[in-house]
Amino acid sequence: MEPILKGRNLVKRYGKVTALDHCDFDLYPGEILAVIGDNGAGKSSLIKAVSGAVIPDEGEIYLDGKQIAFKSPIEARDAGIETVYQTLAMSPALSIADNMFMGRELRKPGFRGKWLRQLDRAAMEKFARDKLTELGLMTIQNINQAVETLSGGQRQGVAVARAAAFGSKVIILDEPTAALGVKESRKVLELIQDVRSRGVPIILISHNMPHVFEVADRIHVHRLGKRLCVIDPKKHSMSDAVGYMTGAKVPEPDPEMA
Amino acid sequence: MKKLLAGTALALIAMTGAASAQSAEGMTTCLITKTDTNPFFVKMKEGAEAAAEELGMTLNSFAGTVDGDNETQVAAIETCIADGAKGILIAASDTSAIVDSVQKARDAGILVIALDTPLTPADAADATFATDNFAAGLLIGQWAAGTLGDDAANAKIAMLDLAVSQPTVDVLRDQGFLQGFGIELGDANVIGDEEDPRIVGNDVTSGNEEGGRTAMENLLAVDPEINVVYTINEPAAAGAYEALRAVGRENDVLIVSVDGGCPGVQNVAEGVIGATSQQYPLEMARLGVQAIAAFAADGTLPQPTEGKDFFDTGVKLITDAPVDGVESITSAEGTDLCWG
Amino acid sequence: MTSQSDDFESVVKVKREEAIAEFHDDHKGFVKKLQHALHVTPSLVPLIVLVLSIGVFGALLGEKFFSASSMTLVLQQVQLVGIVAAAQSLIILTAGIDLSVGAIMVMSSVVMGQFTFRYGIPVEVSVACGLIVGTALGAVNGWLVAKMKLPPFIVTLGTWQIILAANFLYSANETIRSQDIRDNAPLLQVFGTTFKIGADEAGQGGATLTVGVIFMLVLVAVLAYVLRQTAFGRHIYAVGDDPEAAKLSGVNVDRVLIAVYALTGLICAFAGWALIGRIGSVSPTSGQEANIQSITAVVIGGISLFGGRGSIMGALFGAMIVGVFTLGLRLAGADAQWTYLFIGALIIAAVAVDQWIRKVSA
Repeated sequence: MEPILKGRNLVKRYGKVTALDHCDFDLYPGEILAVIGDNGAGKSSLIKAVSGAVIPDEGEIYLDGKQIAFKSPIEARDAGIETVYQTLAMSPALSIADNMFMGRELRKPGFRGKWLRQLDRAAMEKFARDKLTELGLMTIQNINQAVETLSGGQRQGVAVARAAAFGSKVIILDEPTAALGVKESRKVLELIQDVRSRGVPIILISHNMPHVFEVADRIHVHRLGKRLCVIDPKKHSMSDAVGYMTGAKVPEPDPEMA
Repeated sequence: MKKLLAGTALALIAMTGAASAQSAEGMTTCLITKTDTNPFFVKMKEGAEAAAEELGMTLNSFAGTVDGDNETQVAAIETCIADGAKGILIAASDTSAIVDSVQKARDAGILVIALDTPLTPADAADATFATDNFAAGLLIGQWAAGTLGDDAANAKIAMLDLAVSQPTVDVLRDQGFLQGFGIELGDANVIGDEEDPRIVGNDVTSGNEEGGRTAMENLLAVDPEINVVYTINEPAAAGAYEALRAVGRENDVLIVSVDGGCPGVQNVAEGVIGATSQQYPLEMARLGVQAIAAFAADGTLPQPTEGKDFFDTGVKLITDAPVDGVESITSAEGTDLCWG
Repeated sequence: MTSQSDDFESVVKVKREEAIAEFHDDHKGFVKKLQHALHVTPSLVPLIVLVLSIGVFGALLGEKFFSASSMTLVLQQVQLVGIVAAAQSLIILTAGIDLSVGAIMVMSSVVMGQFTFRYGIPVEVSVACGLIVGTALGAVNGWLVAKMKLPPFIVTLGTWQIILAANFLYSANETIRSQDIRDNAPLLQVFGTTFKIGADEAGQGGATLTVGVIFMLVLVAVLAYVLRQTAFGRHIYAVGDDPEAAKLSGVNVDRVLIAVYALTGLICAFAGWALIGRIGSVSPTSGQEANIQSITAVVIGGISLFGGRGSIMGALFGAMIVGVFTLGLRLAGADAQWTYLFIGALIIAAVAVDQWIRKVSA
């Protein structure tokens, strides 16, 4: 099977620091790929390179087999790669519907949309409500309530729903459970699996090993600026993974997973 | 009589100035004004430059960035001291705060003359060359009362002043006008404490058109039958006129003002302003420079006008509807003397 | 899966209800509801204050204040501040501030006047030039803020002084008199054109509206529509709320900022045109306090200085509150200082309310 998103020989240097050192990367259709690695291993540079937030110095990235070179997250987004940032990138004072459509608002048809630039609020609200209902998030009462009135888990839910609604090819989740309590984390993990079951592959960056092992199909272990190995969570334990990450353990080559 | 005296003093100073022209050659004089945007100070600077050139002196000009900017003026005085200037002409923005710096300059042997605005206390400077603002107010008050004749007893007066802080010039013009109109003053150092029912009210204008219009509208709302309007200066008068025009009252209200700037004098010619008291910034600066030249030559100190604690640089009433007993010149004559 | 997750939520909810005594909850409920209502409709506070202050002054002063002529007089007196405050609102919604609004206003009016009278350019062209100059000056502010990443306060502190100085140098502080404008270029005074409704035969009393007042009201209505109903408006809020988030969500933050500052410049240029209508003449010394006055109106109008919150109607109400206090206190015979004192208190109260509203949660 061809990877939907593929990186080869990616290099990114910041002055004398090499954040990415000829790194490879593969994401297959329909899977949840977890990316783990110690702080400073370069996993956020890797994610930024594939989501357009950083332009790699060397190497190629392919989406659906076609080479791409994003100059900004907007371009990546237009190509169908949605990212849920750790900060969520939402405007707290604006409504759920406003946030879901930020930067891609729908305008009314005809004169009012074309000349008066009027937004089609009804359509945007219906779409937002439908998406949240689909993902079981309709404990949220009012689609027009400000995002800042939501709980942390609900905000994360809205951010994931936004990514799921527009991310046609790939969804990247950066530490989605880091700021959440036990119950809310639970809910977000279910949400992630729910999104995957719709066929959209997910890249999950997380420090939380139990969460990673619970939902990931494959785990990309990042160390010293490159892919150290890819492991199957069913065949390896969490302590193995931590061992590889920190260099305490050397992985056996596993040709199946790469 | 007073005018005559002032005239004589003028001539005297002018003569001493001319006599000392030789010895003042090459000396430096400083002119420090409140701002260099107000045409009044622009004209003052022109006068000083002309006089300095005539006497072969060097003139260094300084100005604050806005009215009230004391810091820049202090720095200017320090520069002048360092520069070895013989004299400083200053229109102080903050009349109290500047005193220490002025003293430093005097200690350094520099003659300091306050222009236009007396310092607090007035004797902090060696001399003050200024308009008699009380007299300026008095003239327009007398003119307004004389124009109304018997109706002055039933006048309804709007007082458009400068600022809530009641700077000296504001108080002097306001109180001068009221005295000239025949209204009994309360405390002559305070605006707005008069009991006379003919005064509809006081409001502040910031001395500009917008302030003048708003203040006029406010007072018209208090009493729509106002028929005499005193204004602190001509821009405020122009604003008040617009407010009156908006309610169709522009032709049955007397507006009086102080300044004598060219647009103001033209407004007198066109009947917008009934009468205005003209002051002479160019003269102020010219006389100031000459006094410094005289001091540099032989240590002559400028003397105040008789009966006043400052040197009166003169004020004239400009109107095209003269009133018996109030000396005035026409707007045509005023145009020749106007500034800005 | 879904029902299971709903259970987690409901467990939390049930527990919370148990923990809080019932009457206590009711009491909090009202305050919370008020807080929520204010959060959803931020211009409610200034509207209430406006209505109350009109009511109080009306009761104290009777007909003299509570009349069509006095009420419309307030509108005439606040028209310039109202127009500039509308522009200032846009900037403050992006979490910026513009100290140069008054300078742009005056500069534009001077360009309109001097182009007509000094160079003999047709007045229509001069007005267009004035509007272009205003827009360009605003765009420069926007470019410095967006592209050079300089703080708006610093940028506009600088351009404020530069524009004012340029204004004085260019105009030589020369006033163009009302009479000359009326005779030669009446278009410059078009904003001063008045309409009287219900005046008596002598033309006294009744409501008086000017083109400037109508312009202010239409402008606020149009901007309210833009902010609420267009993507550009939503982006203004998003940029003010969290520029990083807006950028990541796909908003071109730089373009929004430059557009907002340029639009503000254009509105200020219109204010400059209205200024000529209001004072009759073209005077380079006008409008020096427009920046502070507009910020005052915006803050009293409940627009957060931290950006992203508030409604432009609030700025209009804020300007009118200041106008009502000024006229009301003058009619009551109070000294002018009292106006400043009350306005100062209102500013602090408004910011306190803003902070309180921000604490709202679900």
